[in-house]
Amino acid sequence: MTHIAKTVAALRKKFPDAVQEVIEFRGETTVVVDAASLVAVCLFLRDDADLNYNYLADLAGIDYYPDEPRFAVSYIVYAMTVNARFRLKVFISGDEPEVPTVTGVWPTANWYEREVYDMFGITFTGHPDLRRLLMPADWVGHPHRKDYPLGYEEVQFSFNWREVDARKPYAKE
Amino acid sequence: MAQLREVETTVDELKHLFSERAQTGETMILNMGPQHPSTHGVLRLLLELDGETVVHAIPDIGFLHTGIEKNMEAKTYLKALVMTDRLDYLNNIGNNLTYCMAIEKLMEVKVPERAQIIRVLMAELQRIASHLVWLGTHAIDLASMSVLLYCFRDRERIMDIFEMVSGQRMMTSYIRPGGVWRDVPDGWIAVVKEFLDYLPTTLGTYESLLTDNPIFKQRTQGIGYIGAQDAIAWGMSGPSIRGSGVNYDVRRAMPYCGYETYEFDVPLETGGDVYARFRCRMREFHESLRICRQTVERLEKTKGPFITNDRKVAPPPRSELATSMESLIHHFKLWTEGFSAPKGEVYAATESPRGELGVYLSGDGGPKPHRVHFRCPSFSNLQPLDYLAEGHLVADLVAIIGSVDIVLGDVDR
Repeated sequence: MTHIAKTVAALRKKFPDAVQEVIEFRGETTVVVDAASLVAVCLFLRDDADLNYNYLADLAGIDYYPDEPRFAVSYIVYAMTVNARFRLKVFISGDEPEVPTVTGVWPTANWYEREVYDMFGITFTGHPDLRRLLMPADWVGHPHRKDYPLGYEEVQFSFNWREVDARKPYAKE
Repeated sequence: MAQLREVETTVDELKHLFSERAQTGETMILNMGPQHPSTHGVLRLLLELDGETVVHAIPDIGFLHTGIEKNMEAKTYLKALVMTDRLDYLNNIGNNLTYCMAIEKLMEVKVPERAQIIRVLMAELQRIASHLVWLGTHAIDLASMSVLLYCFRDRERIMDIFEMVSGQRMMTSYIRPGGVWRDVPDGWIAVVKEFLDYLPTTLGTYESLLTDNPIFKQRTQGIGYIGAQDAIAWGMSGPSIRGSGVNYDVRRAMPYCGYETYEFDVPLETGGDVYARFRCRMREFHESLRICRQTVERLEKTKGPFITNDRKVAPPPRSELATSMESLIHHFKLWTEGFSAPKGEVYAATESPRGELGVYLSGDGGPKPHRVHFRCPSFSNLQPLDYLAEGHLVADLVAIIGSVDIVLGDVDR
């Protein structure tokens, strides 16, 4: 029995209601858990002497617009001592998306969660410093959402230079 | 679309980042960057200083944010590849490789052996090139000008090797899904061999200039300490975590491209300070050279295709286009519509010069990725800066930033 299979069995036993689905794809395991018990699951993964998932490798937000639940957050956790890696996933509804923060479990989640908040507008409840990370502090909107248009630079010609210039978002005097 | 909020950011939003003493004016808040030569790019630091001692160092990132992940969602898998070069501009090959590995995993593409060998060789040369830039800039931050010039001289030889093989010095886009762009040209291996013989002679010079230099040692030993447990908790990786005695190298932990068949050691240091991280990287030069020599040996023996024969992923050779209808169709389909990847999500990781570089790739059955996320090593390694710099002098801060080897293109994406 591999370490990941052992983990999944332990999770199912300890959190029978929280584990919603286990997906196997291309040799990777994804465990979908309930957002409400996320922190408890993470603490269990980190602190259980047999599991020992002490390293959060990655945290990413995903937008499944227009499906519902719209958002998902994917956590890739890694057990360094036994060399096992799998994905935890949380699905969140589109209106007022909220997930509890895991900064208390792995401090590295701090910036990752700020990035997801910045890019998707997902609020991480209990986060110590939830500000925008990559976009300017006064930016409106969350650029990585699927319904946010991709930016482009409008081409200016001599005949419409001023007209296009007036529409451009950069600072004017 | 792009609008700006009318209310400006107030100081209150940042109050919680600093100590109480900053409120009374006992300590000073100072901006360092974003245009500062020793922040290695456009990194802004909010420093809270007590005299010349750093109380807090809060990184403010995002000045180089170019929305690469968002842009990739609007392009086909193949066209998005060129954007990965621009992420970590000192590890272009590694970025290509990681992204291609994710596609290959998602589409279950087999990569021919010769391609794997070329990939390993290119990745290791890239690691040497990246470490050379790191060494030069780290040394100049600590006031050693000559090392920078020597390092860039040597790096230029690697850039020439890349140019020979791909036509580009930096943004190579050489590694493609299923293999590599072209086979290596005639006479290329001889140039690589010459370089592999040349580099050890100059590495000794750098070692003698820095490793046993008492001034350099004073500036680096005991500075920016982080213990093994904290380094793991903060998600550090690469030489930055190996300097703290944690034996974590993706090449060893989850081998890819046949790394398990090469002989090499993973340098470990237990000091946890700037000097330990420095020693780690210096030793990695020699390990990379070792791997390179083995790949060169294998490359000479191994013949065969350099890219997969699966025409749904890799374009057919140009010569076939005039004679084969099938090839023409494949060529046309690949460069217009692109290939479709199945629905599902994968995570592929490689050991970049800076640490674990991961790609989270989610396909939706169409020809464009649904979501690409890069787990960038610089991003995680920069995060504990406040922890690393606390209690040190401003001058040491520069040494600490150099020792975690950040690339702002990697941090901001």
